[in-house]
Amino acid sequence: MKYMLLIHAGAVDENGASAECTVEDWMSYDKEVRDAGIHVSSESLADLVTATTVRVGSSGERTVTDGPFAETREVLGGFYVIDVPDLDAALDWAARCPGARGSGAVVVRPVADFGA
Amino acid sequence: MRDAGRAAGAGAAVEALFREEYGRLLASLVRRFGDLDLAEEVASEAIEAALAHWPAAGVPTRPGAWLLTTARRKAVDRLRRDKAYAARLAVLQVEAERAGPVPPPEADGGLPDERLQLFFTCAHPALAADDRAALVLRCLAGLTTPEVARAFLVPPATMAQRIVRAKKKIRQARIPFRVPGADELPERLPGVLQVLYSIFTEGYAASSGADLQRFDLAEEAIRLARILRRLMPAEREVAGLLALMLLVHARRETRTGPDGGLVLLADQDRSRWDRTMIEEGRALVLAALSGGPPGAYGVQAAIAALHDEAADVATTDWPQIVALYDVLLVLAPSPVVALNRAVAVAMRDGPEAGLRLLDGLAGEARLHAHHPYAAARADLLQRLGRLPEAAAAYREALALAGTEPERAHLRRRLAAVEPSGPDGA
Repeated sequence: MKYMLLIHAGAVDENGASAECTVEDWMSYDKEVRDAGIHVSSESLADLVTATTVRVGSSGERTVTDGPFAETREVLGGFYVIDVPDLDAALDWAARCPGARGSGAVVVRPVADFGA
Repeated sequence: MRDAGRAAGAGAAVEALFREEYGRLLASLVRRFGDLDLAEEVASEAIEAALAHWPAAGVPTRPGAWLLTTARRKAVDRLRRDKAYAARLAVLQVEAERAGPVPPPEADGGLPDERLQLFFTCAHPALAADDRAALVLRCLAGLTTPEVARAFLVPPATMAQRIVRAKKKIRQARIPFRVPGADELPERLPGVLQVLYSIFTEGYAASSGADLQRFDLAEEAIRLARILRRLMPAEREVAGLLALMLLVHARRETRTGPDGGLVLLADQDRSRWDRTMIEEGRALVLAALSGGPPGAYGVQAAIAALHDEAADVATTDWPQIVALYDVLLVLAPSPVVALNRAVAVAMRDGPEAGLRLLDGLAGEARLHAHHPYAAARADLLQRLGRLPEAAAAYREALALAGTEPERAHLRRRLAAVEPSGPDGA
């Protein structure tokens, strides 16, 4: 069963480190996920100031805007997709994620399985 | 379908039997097939089959085993007819085994008792708090959805929606059917106990509506706590929770007067308290408080026991009660516990000492909407002869109280301190 861990980290510096956790914390978490054989995919997102939003209106016109700019606590900083047996296992991995500490939070979403 | 079958005229004895067997039956089926919907469906069909056969053929010697065999056969039939469903469940089973199955504890009757897994699933923290109580009542207490809806004073359609939503989350997010390991238990057991306690308090003092007590819900909570106690005999907080429920429920007959109004502890006819229940509760308090550090439910049960043991309010062991509240404030600090402690201090040291503590809690936002806080202040102000202030506090409590018996009681108290009231000032 695949779960996406959406990492809403608190404020981070240019290396992805925050007051609550260091770059080393992230590297060791990443290694644990891979060593456990549950890693499906993962990415870390660039700073929110680089984000651009695209909308297409009813007549097909494209609107491109800078942003969005949200509250720091709501910023999606990255994700993991892991393959584990059940929600308890996914919640355990979420709890170990450095992004869950302090002002951060990790949202656990099951990946929809249209084959079932 | 289960409801229709029941309405068709099951005898009270058979009805009670189904209530007792339902949780165990459902748990075994969930364990076997890994799917709550399928388990519910075939459990209902097995009960319908029993209602059709037993009146003529007689109740089998092992009704639980009969129901389980019948339900399993129906599940296998269903899976034979629906290959896609069967394939999905097969995947689930393989995944469940990957998670490492927990060997089921054997119960006295020979059938393995797998209800503990179901308790932890229904009370899972990933479910909404209200939904946990509804699922526990439906899956483990064997209440029908309309019965659960009545218990929570919501329309049956609303409750049905909530239960469907919760079951969808269990299935799609794959909340497992398993007992947490020893390392997770300290984190997960309090959640299960909290669900049972919330069912109990909902039944004991309905937060809204005309009746102060809904006996059925409190008794369902006690029944569930007894099951949990049998399943987890070594967990002292389970003993503490059951003790607390019994020691409070022992006073049920005297908590309301003939007119339906609330009767305070001080004015209750203690000869009508349920002695058998008190004795059982006291024995459980001892189990809860020996062999390790005390837990919050054990301490609350000990406080309830001191009230139950006292001949009247004057001879109640208030110093001991204050000492227990001191312990409780460390274990489970909350403004409500601090409020109860202040009331106990008022009984030990006089109203002035209690009022000083209560006024010290005035900054607690949680107490602003909590009518017992205003009512306790009003009572102490009245005892100090500060009647206009007491009247104002009673009015404040009246505006916040949720049940009619509580309001009736507060109106009587208010009338007694108002110059125009029937009792004068």
